[in-house]
Amino acid sequence: MFRCLLTILIFMSVGPVAFAEDMKLAVTTSFHNSGLAEVLLPEIEADTGITVHLLVVGTGQALRLGAAGDVDAVLVHARAAEDSFIAKGHATHRREIMYNDFVFIGPVSDPAKLSAASTATEALTSIATTQSSFVSRGDDSGTHKKEMSLWDAADVTPEGNWYKSVGAGMGAALNTASGLNAYIMSDRASWLNFGNKGGLAVLYAGDPMLFNQYAYMPVNPANHPHVKAELAAQLETWLTSDRARILINRYQLSGEQLFTFNATVAQQD
Amino acid sequence: MSELTQGLIQAFWLVVTLDPDLVEITLRSLQVTLCALAIACLIALPFGAYLAVQRFRFRRTVIAVINALMGLPPVVVGLIVYVFLSRSGPFGVMGLLFTPTAMIIAQVIIIVPLITSIAHQSLRDLWAEYHDLLISMNTTRRQRIVTLLWDGRRALLTASLAGFGRGIGEVGAIMIVGGNIDHATRVLTTAIALETGKGNFALALALGFILIALAITVNLLIHWLSRTETGGRW
Amino acid sequence: MVSALFPLQAIGATVRRKDKTLVGPVDLALGAEGITIVIGPNGAGKTSLLKMLHGIVRLSAGQVTWACTTPEAQARQAFVFQTPVMLRRSVLENLIYPLRLAGMPKAQAIAQAKDWAARIGMAEATSRSALVLSGGERQKLALARALIRAPDVLFLDEPCASLDGRAMREIEALLEQANQEGTRIIMSTHDMGQARRLATEVVFILQGKIHEFEPAGDFFASPVTAKAAAFLKGDIID
Repeated sequence: MFRCLLTILIFMSVGPVAFAEDMKLAVTTSFHNSGLAEVLLPEIEADTGITVHLLVVGTGQALRLGAAGDVDAVLVHARAAEDSFIAKGHATHRREIMYNDFVFIGPVSDPAKLSAASTATEALTSIATTQSSFVSRGDDSGTHKKEMSLWDAADVTPEGNWYKSVGAGMGAALNTASGLNAYIMSDRASWLNFGNKGGLAVLYAGDPMLFNQYAYMPVNPANHPHVKAELAAQLETWLTSDRARILINRYQLSGEQLFTFNATVAQQD
Repeated sequence: MSELTQGLIQAFWLVVTLDPDLVEITLRSLQVTLCALAIACLIALPFGAYLAVQRFRFRRTVIAVINALMGLPPVVVGLIVYVFLSRSGPFGVMGLLFTPTAMIIAQVIIIVPLITSIAHQSLRDLWAEYHDLLISMNTTRRQRIVTLLWDGRRALLTASLAGFGRGIGEVGAIMIVGGNIDHATRVLTTAIALETGKGNFALALALGFILIALAITVNLLIHWLSRTETGGRW
Repeated sequence: MVSALFPLQAIGATVRRKDKTLVGPVDLALGAEGITIVIGPNGAGKTSLLKMLHGIVRLSAGQVTWACTTPEAQARQAFVFQTPVMLRRSVLENLIYPLRLAGMPKAQAIAQAKDWAARIGMAEATSRSALVLSGGERQKLALARALIRAPDVLFLDEPCASLDGRAMREIEALLEQANQEGTRIIMSTHDMGQARRLATEVVFILQGKIHEFEPAGDFFASPVTAKAAAFLKGDIID
């Protein structure tokens, strides 16, 4: 019997997959949830021959992976963290690619009257004053950092029973909000792709403050000689190309455009 | 509740149509866990037998530590393996992070204490039975270990199946060291976590049902193999 | 052939567990030939004495020496326990086991094991599990497994304690034959009839100490001590 088991094992033990023209890109959960990656990756492979392996993690973990040299580049959306990443020399530069937007989601009954709000800060103030349940990512992710900066702008310190920091990814946080019938801030893509909407709906969107800039940062080959800097540069060129612009701007989910391409070809510094 | 039925229906169709993505991640799940199981058994079974036959100074401490390690959260194992395999870690140059090999390493660490502990417990009882005879026969330590491993093989099979169960259902560690990369390191459990995160409960449940079915199949298969091997003699 | 192991010499040999002395101090010299029967009331230390001479319990004091080195002597002894220990294998595999331990090639070991299975009347049962055997079959198998390597000395601890007459007769026949073929036998029993049938010399043990050690004829005809006489008469002694 043990010999038999061994035979099966020898059969199965095909060694680790060798990455040839492959590179690893750490992206945030919200980007992956948008489904855009599934459109872009086959096109990238067709145009450049590069197979991009996505590591879908939170912003914090994505930046850690980049700093440790475990990925070749990162695509994230948290401006302050990105600037400090560059300042520490983990990446050679930062390149803006596109933006999408955040939306406020809540119960259809809308106890905090978000649909009547005229700015994002007004919406948050209204949630706080009515003590309506609000679910926060609380995981130091790009989305969470954005949310904190908005509370700051609204001059509200979110605390109390109504404010639930769940310390989880976007999907898990949306699941929690759906279960609690609570308000939550989400990127539009994750929301549209989310399959467990329950009694929730988009109640507020459109304030330019809610725009969410994605930036691409190749890991510094000076720190990690093994990173595939050349492939990372090729990918950057592709992501800022006209072809990428068309694909990104044309991408729709449930009839809505999700991303707006805003890379400038000359921005390289 | 409707999600459960939807999940069952979806699981059924995924299996019937032999969905290529499903086949791929299922095979990878099996590959990772069976490799980890084989390596873990090679370490844990002789070690469990050694702990049963040999008296040494810190034996009780070693056993206590192993029993404690059984409860080690996989996420912690994953982080430790990540730190070692990371490009900035001591074994970074080997480039093992985000490969099935890294996942196998993490699972070996998770299941070795479990298998060792169960193997030791059952072999300890067998050793109590055999002790006088084997000592009287003037056996070497190696012969004693081999005898216990062979005569206790049915109990050891249970121990290894427990290890398989823990390995195949594990998600915390392999998520960190494998990275859940599509077509490279995605397995059933990490796919379930991903779909749950997307709120696709039905698909997540479908994958869960397939995982359960897979575990049951492997258990039955191994029991059947062991029965044909002993040929009704017992 | 006279064994190179003897004389066996015990000098002040003692086994204690915690504060209780199980056996000893024992001073004893055993020659190369015959069947030594150890008798004495329950709890006198018969089992401990045999295990001590066999070397599977650690001595607390004194020493047990053979004419050759201890490792050599250990390789040429066997022990049959009161409750036979069956390996969880078939009858044949139980018989093969000691031969394979000694490094005998598999084919030869199988042939020899089959031969021995026939000698104990179990030629038809070689593929049965040893765990399903009756008490008498188990003890015969344990005896065959002990004798299969033709040990120079065989220790037996009340091997017939719970056997019927037929099994006892078969076992005694095997023992006498083995003795004729040169295996020194040292055996404990509480069955005086068996002791009279088999013994060439008798060790009478009481409270862990050797009370009397005589040739069998002398012992049964005229025991030296009053306690031995009382024991033989069937009185309860301690």
